[in-house]
Amino acid sequence: MSVALLFGLVIVLACVGYLIGRYRAIASVGGDMRGLHSLPSFYGWHVFLFTTVPSLLFLALWLLAQPLVLERSLSEFFPSDRFDSPTERTLLLADVRRVAEGLDKAVDQGILTESRAVSLRTEFGSVRDRLAEAGVALGSDVTPEVLRAAQDYRKRSAAGAVIRTALTLLIAGAGFAFSIYATGPALRARSRVETVILVLLALASTVAILTTVGIVLSMLSESLRFFSMYPWQDFFFGLTWSPNFRGNSELGLLPLLWGTLYISLVAMIVAVPLGLFTAIYLAEYAGPRTRSVVKPMIEVIAGIPTVVFGLFALVTVGPFLRDAFAEPLGLGSSASSVMTAGIVIGILNIPFVSSLSDDIINAVPQAMRDGSYGLGATKSETVRQVLLPAALPGIVGAILLAGSRAIGETMIVTMGAGAAARLDLNPFEAMTTITVKIVSQLTGDTEFDSPETLVAFALGMTLFVITLGLNILALAIVRRYREQYE
Amino acid sequence: MTHAMHDSDGARPKGSMFVEDAHTRRRNRAEARFRLYGLAAVTISLVVLAVMLITIFSDGVSSFRQASVTFDVTLEEEALDPEETRERSDLMRVTTIGYGNLLGRQLNAYLERRGLTVEGVSDRDVAALISRDAPAQLRDMVLADPSLIGETISFKVLAQGRIDGYLKGRVTRDSALRDVNISPEQLELADLMREAGVLTVGFNWGFFTLPDASDQRPEAAGLGVALIGSAYMMLLVLVMCLPLGVAASIYLEEFAPRNRWTDLIEVNISNLAAVPSIVYGILGLAVFINFMALPLSSPLVGALVLTLMTLPTVIIATRAAIRAVPPSIRDAALGVGASKIQTVFHHVLPQAAPGILTGTILGLANALGETAPLLLIGMVAFVDNYPASPLEGGFLDPATALPVQVYGWASRADAAFIERSAGAIIVLLAFLFAMNIIAIILRRRFERRW
Repeated sequence: MSVALLFGLVIVLACVGYLIGRYRAIASVGGDMRGLHSLPSFYGWHVFLFTTVPSLLFLALWLLAQPLVLERSLSEFFPSDRFDSPTERTLLLADVRRVAEGLDKAVDQGILTESRAVSLRTEFGSVRDRLAEAGVALGSDVTPEVLRAAQDYRKRSAAGAVIRTALTLLIAGAGFAFSIYATGPALRARSRVETVILVLLALASTVAILTTVGIVLSMLSESLRFFSMYPWQDFFFGLTWSPNFRGNSELGLLPLLWGTLYISLVAMIVAVPLGLFTAIYLAEYAGPRTRSVVKPMIEVIAGIPTVVFGLFALVTVGPFLRDAFAEPLGLGSSASSVMTAGIVIGILNIPFVSSLSDDIINAVPQAMRDGSYGLGATKSETVRQVLLPAALPGIVGAILLAGSRAIGETMIVTMGAGAAARLDLNPFEAMTTITVKIVSQLTGDTEFDSPETLVAFALGMTLFVITLGLNILALAIVRRYREQYE
Repeated sequence: MTHAMHDSDGARPKGSMFVEDAHTRRRNRAEARFRLYGLAAVTISLVVLAVMLITIFSDGVSSFRQASVTFDVTLEEEALDPEETRERSDLMRVTTIGYGNLLGRQLNAYLERRGLTVEGVSDRDVAALISRDAPAQLRDMVLADPSLIGETISFKVLAQGRIDGYLKGRVTRDSALRDVNISPEQLELADLMREAGVLTVGFNWGFFTLPDASDQRPEAAGLGVALIGSAYMMLLVLVMCLPLGVAASIYLEEFAPRNRWTDLIEVNISNLAAVPSIVYGILGLAVFINFMALPLSSPLVGALVLTLMTLPTVIIATRAAIRAVPPSIRDAALGVGASKIQTVFHHVLPQAAPGILTGTILGLANALGETAPLLLIGMVAFVDNYPASPLEGGFLDPATALPVQVYGWASRADAAFIERSAGAIIVLLAFLFAMNIIAIILRRRFERRW
């Protein structure tokens, strides 16, 4: 029985339970609800929760554990030296899974009978051809041990599915029966239901922490694996980036870091003045009508997916910069460059800088403005000499946040910055960033045991640490500043 | 400050309030300049936005129209069913190459009958005017209905990408001179066919229904799989994100004691909202694919990643909506004897629902446009099979997503794919626009000021 069906069945059972629980509670006091401890619907919810929560928790745990247990049991089919190396194990397991799937499909389509699928041996002819009939393409012919392992895998996962279904239904049924049996006027259904709900709510709020833990753990463990294969000094201080999937790669972080920072710098040079002046204009000069039209239009920029900006960089900005600046100035002939990516990221960040600065400028007390005007200062003098110094910490915070976004931006640099890792000052040259290399090292067919792929996790960790540091710093500055005027 | 500047003169400046002195003029000019800078910044931002949208629309809008060739095809028995059995297994033996040859012959014959010929266009060049997708299309048609064999049917096929580009103005006779895939003579023939009504341009339904196609057949590439993949993911994100986000927000706003643990959760949420999206892709790859062994490229994994990514946004919006419900409502409910949970579920949540929905829709819009994390979990792979329906395990089938398809097409060499990429962006932006409009309407209709 499929997991979705099982899930649906448990929910149906729980809904029936809700009705029965409610009905029984009312019946137990002969229809006089004053005799009940809680409202009747709480008795219904009591049954519902007892039916669903334990059984679905069990189901979730089983689904997590089953693949691990099954894979361990496959070890007996292969010589231990093959099974111990992680590369070979991944390949073997993938083979076994694919053959098992193929057998399933073949049985479904009637090419093989169930008994034939179980007794199939490689000696009787090519298994690959039989599976190809079922539409399952295999790279090479199936070795006897893979076939036997696959048959065992099928048997065990079929058995697992039966046990899973039986136990889940058993637990659901037990909860159902128990809670219905317990239903009576004295049952404190409301307290019980509310406790369970409260626990579920609290659990939901820990997802945020689990996510962070997941991010840190997954990147940390893979990064450590990377550093066990590749010296960390060479990673953090290496000046060349030339991955080579046949080995002997040089995986130096510095060229990527340089590209990232250079592009972010260009982006900030575009975004900060434009964003800041936009914010000042909208906050201090524009009338309410202009403001109500222009502000949402600027914010439209923030709602456009970054891949759209990426295409804009690739098709319009890159060729334009090349033809108008790079080639006439003799600075190169590449459409993808630091300038292309930097300018487009800068545009993307305008609304971010402007809306944050807008909030911050508006938070400066009106009294300070009035004081300045009272002394005879013009608007621009007030902005430059009163508002900006007062809002400076907040604006610095906003700029740091925008910088962290520029550093973590992926699609625009993937499409507009190029792929060549280079330590260069020429802004019209193609350079690459940390995020681009994460994408290029992890897409396509990847095995997770060579330094060339694992380096992506170390890059991710570096990116995470940099952006997290900037965010924490920025938030601390912004928060301290806000307190000043509250 | 005027003071400091004039102290050097040693005397107070003489002048009238009604006559601008040099210093005031300078200050006023500085004021005007400053104002101009602000106006320029706003203008530049809006102009760039306009330029971007206009270039993308003008590049992409042509992908909604598509050239096709309609001609009579006689499905010759000797070519398609040499055994004359009409058995499926025999029909299967004729490959698309056989059908391609047949189509080429028939197109040549048809054009000759209609008198549409151009000097210097070989039979092969004529056959190359139709899409390489056509033989497979005809083969599927014949396999589905073998009784067609021997009949003459009027067959409508996609024109080759370059011809399509020629009718839309992307390919010109000059560019054809330098192009191995098309010659100016072929274009001349295309003009003749156009006049005779053999070559027509119509609305491109295939763009919305067909799956992705290989590099050689840009004309047959469509968004079908990407639309299904995105729809599946949005459904799953909604189903996972809304309950989780609302539950977490209720707990944090209404029940959580103020202590270190809740502080930690709060800090976590605000930091997660600022983590680069690609980091979520790494998380998804490490946890869902490598550790939990869920299939690569599947909408389920994509949705899990996007859920984790959107959750902080949804939580922040939901908490703001809950906080906006005045305490008097809670006090009133508690006062008439409701429990804390009843107060929240019966009174606070319904009042906060419009705000929560608005926040969720905006979060979904974010998730719909997100690309980078999906690249890492394999959604950029070439998928030309539609995923099954959700009840048949379609959430685990390989699929792509709209923004990923945009990226995938943008990185192909042929200019025809750039057009498709921009077209896909138009579709994507249309969805985002619709979602934002719904959010605004919800906010306008149901928002209550207390």
